[in-house]
Amino acid sequence: MRGIKQYFIDNLGIICALAGMILFLYLWPATHNTFLTQTNIFNVLRQSSTNLMLACGMTLVIILGGIDLSVGSIIAMSGVLGAATVVWGGMPEIVGILVALLSGLLFGLFNGAIIALTNIPPFIVTLASMNVAKGIAYVYSGGKPIRCMTQAWKFLGAGYVGPVPTPVITMTIVFIVAIFILNRTRTGRHIYAVGGNNTAAQFSGINTAKVKFFVYSFSGLMAGLAGITIASRLYSGTCTSGDGAEMDAIAAVVVGGTSMAGGSGRLGGTLIGVLIIGILNNGLNLMGVNSDWQYIIKGAVILLAVYVDFLRSTRKAK
Amino acid sequence: MSEYLLEMRKINKSFPGVKALQDVELQLKAGEVHALLGENGAGKSTLIKVLGGIYHAEQGEILINGHPVEINNVSDARANGISIIHQELVLVPHMTVAENIYLGREIMGTFGIDGASMRREAQKMLDRFDLGIDAGGLLGNLSIAQQQMVEIVKAISFNCKILVMDEPTSSISDREVNALFDIMRNLTKQGVGIIYISHKMSELNEVCDRVTVLRDGQYVGTRVVSETPRDELIHMMVGRELSSYYVRDHVEDTEVVLRCEHIDDAKKKKKRVNDVSFEVKRGEIVGFAGLVGAGRSETMQCIFGLTPGFTGDVILDGAKLKINSPVDAMKAGIAMVPENRKVEGLYLVQSVRFNSTIEVLHEFINNLRVNHSREEEITQEYIDKMNTKTPSQNQTVGNLSGGNQQKVMIGRWLATKPKILILDEPTRGVDVGAKVEIYGIMNELTKQGVSIIMISSELPEIINMSDRVYVMHDGRLTGCIKWQDLSQEAIMKLATEEKSA
Repeated sequence: MRGIKQYFIDNLGIICALAGMILFLYLWPATHNTFLTQTNIFNVLRQSSTNLMLACGMTLVIILGGIDLSVGSIIAMSGVLGAATVVWGGMPEIVGILVALLSGLLFGLFNGAIIALTNIPPFIVTLASMNVAKGIAYVYSGGKPIRCMTQAWKFLGAGYVGPVPTPVITMTIVFIVAIFILNRTRTGRHIYAVGGNNTAAQFSGINTAKVKFFVYSFSGLMAGLAGITIASRLYSGTCTSGDGAEMDAIAAVVVGGTSMAGGSGRLGGTLIGVLIIGILNNGLNLMGVNSDWQYIIKGAVILLAVYVDFLRSTRKAK
Repeated sequence: MSEYLLEMRKINKSFPGVKALQDVELQLKAGEVHALLGENGAGKSTLIKVLGGIYHAEQGEILINGHPVEINNVSDARANGISIIHQELVLVPHMTVAENIYLGREIMGTFGIDGASMRREAQKMLDRFDLGIDAGGLLGNLSIAQQQMVEIVKAISFNCKILVMDEPTSSISDREVNALFDIMRNLTKQGVGIIYISHKMSELNEVCDRVTVLRDGQYVGTRVVSETPRDELIHMMVGRELSSYYVRDHVEDTEVVLRCEHIDDAKKKKKRVNDVSFEVKRGEIVGFAGLVGAGRSETMQCIFGLTPGFTGDVILDGAKLKINSPVDAMKAGIAMVPENRKVEGLYLVQSVRFNSTIEVLHEFINNLRVNHSREEEITQEYIDKMNTKTPSQNQTVGNLSGGNQQKVMIGRWLATKPKILILDEPTRGVDVGAKVEIYGIMNELTKQGVSIIMISSELPEIINMSDRVYVMHDGRLTGCIKWQDLSQEAIMKLATEEKSA
């Protein structure tokens, strides 16, 4: 119980923001009848599911003091490779899924190896692999979507288990796994340590290279999972899917109160960050706001959320 | 005209829940070096921040040359001739010395910034103090001490009359300290008044004329340094009689626990450790003395596994160790508390609990389960053992005082239950009260059979705490002195000599 109370205290600002948004959409005449229906709630959760997968990886990366720009492109690449395996290669769907996951993991391993073994900043390394992954997706697909319509293929992204959409279940499992890694393993503590003070971590005998390698690999794997989920929902592997997804993930992490400086942050905050961005997207759609304007409103809300949190934390520090 | 260059009268400042300053007084004469003494948290930096316009005092007045002045912000302070050199350097390493000195008020020519004039003017100022620093060189290429000199020159270039120096000697070697003192004397001759904050009592007699002592935000008194015995000053600072400053029950002729032979960082491009052999006996405190850069920390980093590929043998309790990483060293029972707690030691944004337990995670995190009560137990054990003053285990370490940060760090390494504890500058930037406590804990540990290797640049500490002292110069051991024969002269002779005697 103490944990739950502490959770509310820590995240008070963003929980209020989330509650405010929900209340607003419930009271607003145009969305009053649609927003809090079961269909729409599952809609929001499904739309947020891939962002939460990415954001789980991204939270670990940012606590580590790094950044992973490549996840958006990995979504496109893994989706294309997965679909191609099934459609062109004639393999069973499960092989396609594994290929997608593996390709994401491989990119993560690649990012992790370079960041762990050299002093090249993560921003640069993942910027480079972002372009490479995007390139692979375009070259392999020839720029056209690879359509895949089988029931088994649709299950992961568009299917249901009972009334619950499959990606919502996947996202829940991913979130729990990430929580366990970060809060219940020594590696989790080591992530905070390396992000908080790399030199001190080395003096503490922490294998900093191993920690970095692990975290970027995890982020890559999460991107692969998000990629196959999206490809399943769209019934196709598309080289344009996942465009800008890394920015939504970073926004969710930052809104969730994780510091870009590294060394501190919580997955619980990230969850709320993801929900805020998901409900914002959903709400603006329901209200019929022009998609061009949505960008501007989204940007303003993110800035506001972070600023309010900043005010709160500086007041606490004094 | 008033007798005093600067007077601060009945200054009061409070923060939510704390009265940080209560009727504090300070009088600075022109041409004197005035020490400001007090333990961490006594209110020294708050007072300085009031003077510098960073904080605004609720009550009290500030007079300069007898005239009351209002200091509401940093530029007010500057306009009144006040310059403050903070403990952490605030210079830009990627810019030249001249650019740093003129940062924010660059000299403008017809076509933008006039680099040549800036460099010429800066060089003139540097040469006034005979520093041998090139105004066109990159600041980052200078030593910390030289950077500090640049900081001083920058401060003076504002035509300051009142110079505040906050622990300027905490990170520079003895030789550089002397150069700094020369500059200070030079400045006072020109009528500048200097407020000098330091934890090093030995510096007081050397450079300061008068001293003001603060305790718990209150003014305790002002004394003339040459007429006041050190014990009295310490008494004023801590408010109680310290039984004795250094506590050491010397040991002799116990068995050898650790033997290091021919330690050498041969594979490093820049060789800092050259064929170093020494031994440590059970319950001993072995001091390592030498100038900054003599290779003492580097030697210990070899033994602790931070220098992969070093050569030489480390023999603990008769068994030869294979040390490739700190984990190997820790498993064998060696712990090292590094020199620079903010850079190499602490996770400043994390809690006391996180920092206390990071070395012993295996004791409470296993199989995806965290035993929180065990974690709290370990943390509390070392808070108690070290007598760390913290409001709670959740307190962010960055908000603790230097002394308490140091205690958290030593406690963290004690939690690994080491046989050999290496302490690199254990009392740097630590106030007197905490210092005495750390000495007491060291003595207590050795009684329990722990052997301590202490690297220190403070000779009084080395001389009074060590059973034996090894002296290093330029990567080599130049000698070993037993505690009966220790003196500053004996150590300095070895520390500056090329060949061993």
